[in-house]
Amino acid sequence: MIKTIKPGLFSTVQDEGRWGYQAYGMPVAGAMDRYASRVANLLAGNRKGAAVLEMTMLGGAFEFESQCLVSLCGADMQPNLDGAKVPNWSAFQVAAGSVLSFDYVAAGCRTYLAVHGGIKVPLVLGSRSTYTRAGVGGLEGRPLKVDDVLRVGNDVGSRALPTTLPEQFTARYDQELTLRVVMGPQDDMFAPEGIRTFMESKYTVSNEADRMGYRLEGPKIEHAGAADIISDALPEGAVQVPAHGMPIVMMADRQTTGGYPKIATVIGPDLSWLAQGRPGDTVCFRSCSDREALEVLRSEENRYFEIERFLEEQQSLVWTAC
Amino acid sequence: MTGRLPEFRVLPAGERGLVVELGNLISPEVNARVQRLARRINQKSIAGVIEVVPTYRSLLVYFDPFNISRSDLVEAIQQMLASDEGLEVVEKEGVRVVHVPVCYGGEFGPDLEYVAQHNRLSIEEVITIHSSRPYLVYMLGFTPGFPYLGGMSDKIATPRLEKPRAKIPQGSVGIAGAQTGLYPIESPGGWRLIGRTPLRPFLPGTANPFLFDAGDYLRFIPISPEEYHHIRRDVEAGFFSPDIRTVSLEDISDD
Repeated sequence: MIKTIKPGLFSTVQDEGRWGYQAYGMPVAGAMDRYASRVANLLAGNRKGAAVLEMTMLGGAFEFESQCLVSLCGADMQPNLDGAKVPNWSAFQVAAGSVLSFDYVAAGCRTYLAVHGGIKVPLVLGSRSTYTRAGVGGLEGRPLKVDDVLRVGNDVGSRALPTTLPEQFTARYDQELTLRVVMGPQDDMFAPEGIRTFMESKYTVSNEADRMGYRLEGPKIEHAGAADIISDALPEGAVQVPAHGMPIVMMADRQTTGGYPKIATVIGPDLSWLAQGRPGDTVCFRSCSDREALEVLRSEENRYFEIERFLEEQQSLVWTAC
Repeated sequence: MTGRLPEFRVLPAGERGLVVELGNLISPEVNARVQRLARRINQKSIAGVIEVVPTYRSLLVYFDPFNISRSDLVEAIQQMLASDEGLEVVEKEGVRVVHVPVCYGGEFGPDLEYVAQHNRLSIEEVITIHSSRPYLVYMLGFTPGFPYLGGMSDKIATPRLEKPRAKIPQGSVGIAGAQTGLYPIESPGGWRLIGRTPLRPFLPGTANPFLFDAGDYLRFIPISPEEYHHIRRDVEAGFFSPDIRTVSLEDISDD
């Protein structure tokens, strides 16, 4: 059991999301940065899709009732175990009674804490993800608060050992992002100047950037005619442009449907980068073909394989040494 | 096979999404085709298809591009649409009609009087008009279980509030322009509130968390405040089973 001493600014239990119920208006939710959360599970020896804790901007402090192995990935919140620094992108043992605490992010926005076995909260519609707007999933459908107790589950995938990932597998968060997009579904509703503005301008992440969507500010994107459509489904990463011409990138907690034209869709692997973006960061968009998007997706998958291989090698070294 | 394929467009929606557009208007016929295609894709369980999200006149299909290629998926959908051609739009098995009890006016419907004044009607007339016809659930969206309804009479159409309310209680029934709807969970919104249902159209953690399905019809049944509280108690205790009937589409207005 893990006791919450300080909850942090906005900490929620998340897995890979509540897929399968968007037809009922149920948003997917799930970890915003899928790369960092998935790597955290690999490091913790968890099954893919085990629930992790997602902390935002300011981390919390947690007391561990029993000894366990935990891992940390994503933004660097200057983690500290009983007063001693611990590295980010690593797995380590925590002794019973130890306190793991976090501070403000040094770079990036979201940090993932995984525990060997995963966080155990009830499955709601097949997922443990918290969707706070409807009070669904996670811990009573809300962010953590003081004295909340997190239980450890049994989503174990493999043995896990303390280790730190080599730099090639970690992410460094830059304040200038370039996101690859596949044009459409409604790029035909924009004037050629509008498309050019979208592709060639630098946008800034506004203060309205949360799990639902990232509102960006910058040069106005011109529509060809009307700025609304008959409401339809909102794909993950959709870039909606309402009449005011400022793009909004739809994230994990996006509503299932929307009535603004979608000029483009940010590719899945690049959404993890945006999830680490903060107000004031800049965003540029670059159009890519479906083929290129699939290559990027494949290289993301390959990276997980390589991390798994690295972890297996580490383990075989340790077991031979014994 | 005779005739040509009905009009449709396939649009990209990221590396693992595509949109199939079956028209560009809100109509029961187009929507029925959308629902039917969604059902077919779900029933056929095409390997690699993750999820289908049907809306007014299009479907978003999420798929795993390493399991099925975009072109193979488009082809499979094309075949479904081709074999769909010539089928009756009206399903033989009939449609579900969900009866939704509503306590109109008072504290539950603070804008009922405004809606009546705006349309030069009495409060009773507004209630009668609102509860006299069935409404098609075109799709669900906005919040979990929120039905986008079609078919409201223009006689009670009323513009939205100029300033949306920060909190609208769960179960509120409202009007926005020529649309009517109800809020399954507490949320912000600019609809004119005319009443409230004691039902809970979204109940997570139960066997049937969503009361409505796209393609259903809703019928609002006026109830008294006493009935409201009575039904509400039963709903909270888990005893209440909503009145849901299956009728043929021709019989829908006098079920």
